[in-house]
Amino acid sequence: MVGVFFLYKANAGISTEHDPKRMTQVAGRSWTDLKVTTRRASIPEGLWLGCPSCEKMIYRKRMEANLHVCPECSHHFRIGAKERVRQLTDPDSFEPMFTELRTSDPLSFVDRKKYPERMAAEQKRTGQTEAVQAGAAFIKGRAVMLCCLDLTFMMGSMGSVVGEAVTRSIETALDRDLPLIIVSCSGGARMQESGLSLMQMAKTSAALARFDDASGLFISVLTDPTTGGVTASFAMLGDVILAEPNALIGFAGPRVIQNTIRQELPEGFQRAESLLAGGMVDRVAPRRELRNEIARIIDYAGK
Amino acid sequence: MATTYQLPFEKSVVEIEAQLERLGADVLRAEGDGEPPKKEQTAEIKKLERERKRVLKRAYGELSPWDTVRVARHPKRPQMRDYIDLIFKDFCELHGDRRFGEDPALVTGFARLGSIKCLVVGHHKGRTTEEKLACHFGCAHPEGYRKALAKMKLAEKFGLPIVTLVDTPGAYPGMGAEQRGQAEAIAVNLREMSRLKTPIVSVIIGEGGSGGALGIAVADRVAMLEHAWYSVISPEGCAAILWKTANEENNQAAAVALSLTAKDNLRLKIVDAIIAEPVGGAHRDAAGAAEGLRKWLTERLRELKRFKPENLPRRRYERFRRLGEFEEVAAAEASDGG
Ligand SMILES: [Zn+2]
Repeated sequence: MVGVFFLYKANAGISTEHDPKRMTQVAGRSWTDLKVTTRRASIPEGLWLGCPSCEKMIYRKRMEANLHVCPECSHHFRIGAKERVRQLTDPDSFEPMFTELRTSDPLSFVDRKKYPERMAAEQKRTGQTEAVQAGAAFIKGRAVMLCCLDLTFMMGSMGSVVGEAVTRSIETALDRDLPLIIVSCSGGARMQESGLSLMQMAKTSAALARFDDASGLFISVLTDPTTGGVTASFAMLGDVILAEPNALIGFAGPRVIQNTIRQELPEGFQRAESLLAGGMVDRVAPRRELRNEIARIIDYAGK
Repeated sequence: MATTYQLPFEKSVVEIEAQLERLGADVLRAEGDGEPPKKEQTAEIKKLERERKRVLKRAYGELSPWDTVRVARHPKRPQMRDYIDLIFKDFCELHGDRRFGEDPALVTGFARLGSIKCLVVGHHKGRTTEEKLACHFGCAHPEGYRKALAKMKLAEKFGLPIVTLVDTPGAYPGMGAEQRGQAEAIAVNLREMSRLKTPIVSVIIGEGGSGGALGIAVADRVAMLEHAWYSVISPEGCAAILWKTANEENNQAAAVALSLTAKDNLRLKIVDAIIAEPVGGAHRDAAGAAEGLRKWLTERLRELKRFKPENLPRRRYERFRRLGEFEEVAAAEASDGG
């Protein structure tokens, strides 16, 4: 493994721009390795939240320090791409790339709101420009090309910018001879760019064909939820496919299927564990283990 | 010529056609009695024919996007198997994915286009109720996509070019389809089609519904028939999500917003050409539509024959690599936005 780029860049954007509500990072230790400390005394009410799975009240900071996993029942809360990058990468090793990409409005798309207005509102709400974070990074000392979709921004939908960032990530991994890690979570292709969004499926998949021809290692991580055009393109094309526990993974959404077949869907349908049982993913990996899992596969299959 | 499926913008045409039919029947009856057609009858027929053509030309020249979708779904619109009969010779259908089963919604087989031997792949919707149900109205299952890929690999192996005809509302959204990996099947087709070392030409002949359409449309050259639609989602699906309800008004708005017509897709460079349909749409003149299709396919296959097969994947990649529209801001601004 040759790290041809600079690592541990001091002000590498992402890692230093934490949400102030969240805990700050301890230098030199990975986020995953942090010990969870709880102080239950005198906590204001708004800092507690009900776990949708076990329904217990949990202390938000404790949940967040636990990688946004319920400390009681291991329910995996959905997280944004910045948090994902922070959890997966070695401290300060993430070097953001393709941040110059900006969405245009090629179709002049208008539904009940104009697309540029929708985008502006999302950008204001999230402080981000698009539904993706990509860059070179280290995971447990292994150099990787990392690309994370962001569910918090327009449901992680893939338009031209997300498709371009994913494709450039693949091409960068190819150029620099790096393992490629894509963490998916998405409602699918973005309707506001219609056919151009659809074409991103072909574009990203074709880029992966070239990466595959060059014997590149692609680890696809599927998180809750991964559906539609993202699943039906790069997300299912991993050499190794990991899925977070209970993640919803599918082509069609459960409601669409229910409307088609007009019957109740079985318990656990389209969830990570049933995909594992059905032979569709390689491993179900708890969030706490993701860094280890990725590092281990790189050690077996990376160059 | 009474159709049960009446397009609202065809109302005046249908009236003219009914008149023509009545007049024609009169003439035929008179002929049976040994009487030649009356002068005024012939004149009336000629006048009505002219009128019919004029009205059709106007109506079809300015179809709204939503009306385009309705034309693309016309029950009398020629389907994949019709084009096989009209354009190709000696069709040798090949069945089965060798994994799970046979999907009649995706048809594959060897055929001859004039003197060119090729593999034809296409969605089939079905004509009779029974056939439609078996084909899930043109919605293919994973086994359909896997069959298509298996046969396309055969074509590559034996140096045959591939013709794909796209006509699907979308891939089938059912339980079995999900469990057997609908997403994976489509994804693998996208990846593998991009690197097949043989010419591929695709035409969206009716409905180009999302990933289910693209799953057989990663080609060197892509065209649309004039009144076909191609988009990331159906107008109804889009209306249900973005407008919260799929009703006539919202479907119309969604169809406009989605830029799904052949002209839109050509403008966005998603397709390379539009194949004109006979006046009044392919459902009025299947042979006329087939002729346009045959010409385009033949020309493109001749053109692609000039390239070395091993160079085609690079060119195909470049074609799709360019697709998408975005802006790139200066580095300083980019880091601010981080
Ligand atoms: Zn819980």
